[in-house]
Amino acid sequence: MPPLELAVDALSSLPDEALTDELQRAAFDYFVDYTDPDTGLVADTSRDGSPCSIAVVGFALSCYPAAVENGWMARKDAATRVLKALRFFWQSPQSDQPDVTGYKGFYYHFLDMKAGRRVWQCELSLIDTALLVAGMLTAQCYFDRDGEREIRELVEALYRRIDWRWAQNGMETLSQGWKPECGFLHYGWEGYNEATILYILGAGSPTHPLSPASYSGWSVTYQWENVLARDVLYSGPLFTHLFSHAWIDFRGIQDTFMRIRGSDYFENTKSTIGVHREYGAHNPGGYAGYGSDFWGITAGDGPGDSEMRENGRDRRFFGYMSRGVPIGPDDGTIAPWAMLATLPFDPKAALAGTRHLLAAYPQVCPQKRFASGFNPTLVGDGGGWVSEGWYGLDQGLLMMMIENYKTGLIWRILRSCTYIRTGLERVGFEGGWLTPP
Amino acid sequence: MTDGPTPLPPKPHSQNKLVEYVRPVDWRNPEPRNPYDLVIVGAGPAGLAAADLAIRLGLRVALIERNRLGGNSLNAGSVPSKAIIHAAHAYAAKRQAEEFYASSFTEPALNFGAVMARMARIRARIAEYHSAERLQALGADLFFGDARFSGFTDILVGSTPLHFRKALVATGARPRPSNIPGLDQVGYHTSESMFEIDELPKRLVVIGGGPLGCELAQAYCRLGAHVTIVQNDPKFLPREERDAAEMLSRSMARDGVVIRLNTTVVGAHLQGDTKCLDTVNNEVKDCIEADAILLSIGRMPNTENLGLEAAGIKCDSAQGVTVDDFLRTTNENVYAAGDVCVSDKFTNVAQASARMAVQNALAGKENGQSRLTIPWCTYCDPEIAHIGLHAWEAKRNSIPAKSFTVMMHDVDRAILDGQDNGYVKIHVKEGTDTILGATIVASRASEMINEISVAMSAGLGMRDLSRVLHTYPAQSEAIRMAALAYCREAAFR
Repeated sequence: MPPLELAVDALSSLPDEALTDELQRAAFDYFVDYTDPDTGLVADTSRDGSPCSIAVVGFALSCYPAAVENGWMARKDAATRVLKALRFFWQSPQSDQPDVTGYKGFYYHFLDMKAGRRVWQCELSLIDTALLVAGMLTAQCYFDRDGEREIRELVEALYRRIDWRWAQNGMETLSQGWKPECGFLHYGWEGYNEATILYILGAGSPTHPLSPASYSGWSVTYQWENVLARDVLYSGPLFTHLFSHAWIDFRGIQDTFMRIRGSDYFENTKSTIGVHREYGAHNPGGYAGYGSDFWGITAGDGPGDSEMRENGRDRRFFGYMSRGVPIGPDDGTIAPWAMLATLPFDPKAALAGTRHLLAAYPQVCPQKRFASGFNPTLVGDGGGWVSEGWYGLDQGLLMMMIENYKTGLIWRILRSCTYIRTGLERVGFEGGWLTPP
Repeated sequence: MTDGPTPLPPKPHSQNKLVEYVRPVDWRNPEPRNPYDLVIVGAGPAGLAAADLAIRLGLRVALIERNRLGGNSLNAGSVPSKAIIHAAHAYAAKRQAEEFYASSFTEPALNFGAVMARMARIRARIAEYHSAERLQALGADLFFGDARFSGFTDILVGSTPLHFRKALVATGARPRPSNIPGLDQVGYHTSESMFEIDELPKRLVVIGGGPLGCELAQAYCRLGAHVTIVQNDPKFLPREERDAAEMLSRSMARDGVVIRLNTTVVGAHLQGDTKCLDTVNNEVKDCIEADAILLSIGRMPNTENLGLEAAGIKCDSAQGVTVDDFLRTTNENVYAAGDVCVSDKFTNVAQASARMAVQNALAGKENGQSRLTIPWCTYCDPEIAHIGLHAWEAKRNSIPAKSFTVMMHDVDRAILDGQDNGYVKIHVKEGTDTILGATIVASRASEMINEISVAMSAGLGMRDLSRVLHTYPAQSEAIRMAALAYCREAAFR
């Protein structure tokens, strides 16, 4: 493998396998660089003073097995890191008080990196807890040796204590979270999105599973659409078609919704990538850079609230937000990591886009780690706007997706997870690898 | 923005004309010609539509109105709001001046008095069509006064008894009043007073993110007010699909409207001359200062003081007069129509339900209101129009639905007009070409949706729509493009 010190410009000259290895390793190293050695918590971003995002911890826990298998970290070191985080979550305070770590087995979205307590008066986040728990279950399945028993037992206890049924708040579908100050949030969360893994983990619980009608109550809000000449289960932001897929191998397995359409969620993400590429090529907003090899509109950092007028068009830019295709919002900002994160679905498109991006805009990949957002329309100091530093979510998702593309490791690990399988079956998935031998 | 020329003076004249048409001061109620085939209580859109049809059927008709002819729609609803929205739209178009026709551009000063005067003139002009004089000439006996049922087939107008074979309750609805502590003392507008103001408020807070709240928030912002809109739900227009509501939200934000979603107004108080609204967003408390407040939190049916119980007519203070699918009340001789009994409180529904009620009551028909296919529109920029089922409603009814979406930025005319923000989405029953419903977000969605309305009413499917020639270029071509997408997809099936 080429040395890590390889200049970014030189990345473009690497063959595909070496290129993805380089970028995957750099992505993984985010977790080496930004994990607290005492708590095992991982920073949301690389920026000074960033708190921990529990979802990023989930990604870190999922990436350690891949790092072991790639020879980037000793198994013992990885297990130690995993244990630190698991012990922290098990020992951290859970109550309905506003300054603790979690409640009912769920956790606050952002925690202080050292104290592990809630910051920013953030919400007890259901989806971010799900991403954390997915990481825990990955670790539980991977660390299967005798000396790693504590990992398995802690994950078991942490998963079992989550009261998914409480999170339903008497409804069919789940809200985005809860706050001690005002109870459950009532942000609208209808339509297909990244929550598939949340519903599956909730359904698979042996202690407090979601009610049987929960998943169907959510999927009734899906929209099967023909958009830009493709049939897709619509959701605008690209990440919503990727998050659950980082852990679960949706190839060939179908729930009722997909069975009726003769498709599956993996194929749906492939079709969605086609929509994003077509949108990039069409570039209805006339943004700089867009093309069939310049896409990846999703949630991520942005230039911030500002406006400008250019060639008769009003330009309005946003900060961190969820951007989508084709209905928007779109302010000319892409997530540079997003194209490569689609490797398992459309490797040709992912690599072509990534290579174009690196060649044309090498500034989006400082130290071989992709920035969260890039907007070449908003020309600042000559190279367009680039998000400062890195976001852990981006690095984790990218690392896992490259691994799934290369070896299918994460998918394979989670296939062996009883709770994932149970959750999938309970919400109606069947076929493919779920078929009994 | 309000420091322009002195407001134009014609408002009093327009106001006088309006009154002359809708509530003549010297009006003398006619001698009753009992018994009447049909007594209509309320002369808003429903009452007027019922009267029009009943007269054409050759029936003896009495029409009773407590206030003004035309009801909310004419006096304090669709008509004045759309006049102001149009003025605001025209004023906002100045932003495109440099692109379209001006190398340099001086922003014209806004004369708010002129905006309101135009609105008043237009309202008076439209009122003329349903004027008291005209109704009388057509043959209706028009009574102004309070109506009160005195028996199963009797009603009093003031102290004048009228006897009827059939009656129609069409008393409409009114803005839901405030339940916010302190707001009554602070003072606020509803749609009933918002169109009578003389000065553009510098700071306007709109409470409520339904259609009227959104329309007026955007319009007054475009006219130069600093507008904040407060909505306690997570999105505007709760009946519309998320993408449409979010697109509107972004559009309003671009205009400069300050958006407070998920925010509840919990109190109001005065600080000097400034009105202060206390708000809570999750646990975060805030105070919004305003010079004027518009409360737009829905409408409630007018059922009070009508003596409904004397006629055996059941009602509910929230839902209004209880009717069956044929718009018959619990008194078999009395029907109801419009906002007083239907959940879709739109002018077109009021008129359609009134015609249906008259036909059911007096022409031997049995038309069910559930068969109505209702298009509606929120007249923001872009407009958001809908008809039929949403995709999730179809699924809840176990109807598998597929949506065909065309973005307006793919439609030549929309690009030419600089109005390419939006989409057409037509929901189809999967495996068929049956149209279940549609949502259109476009500058002229209110017009475009009518093509879908015609198709659905006539039982035309997507294949039929794909064969309809449109003028070129036309924004409605988006509908045909969606139909063609259906045909392409069907060909591969």
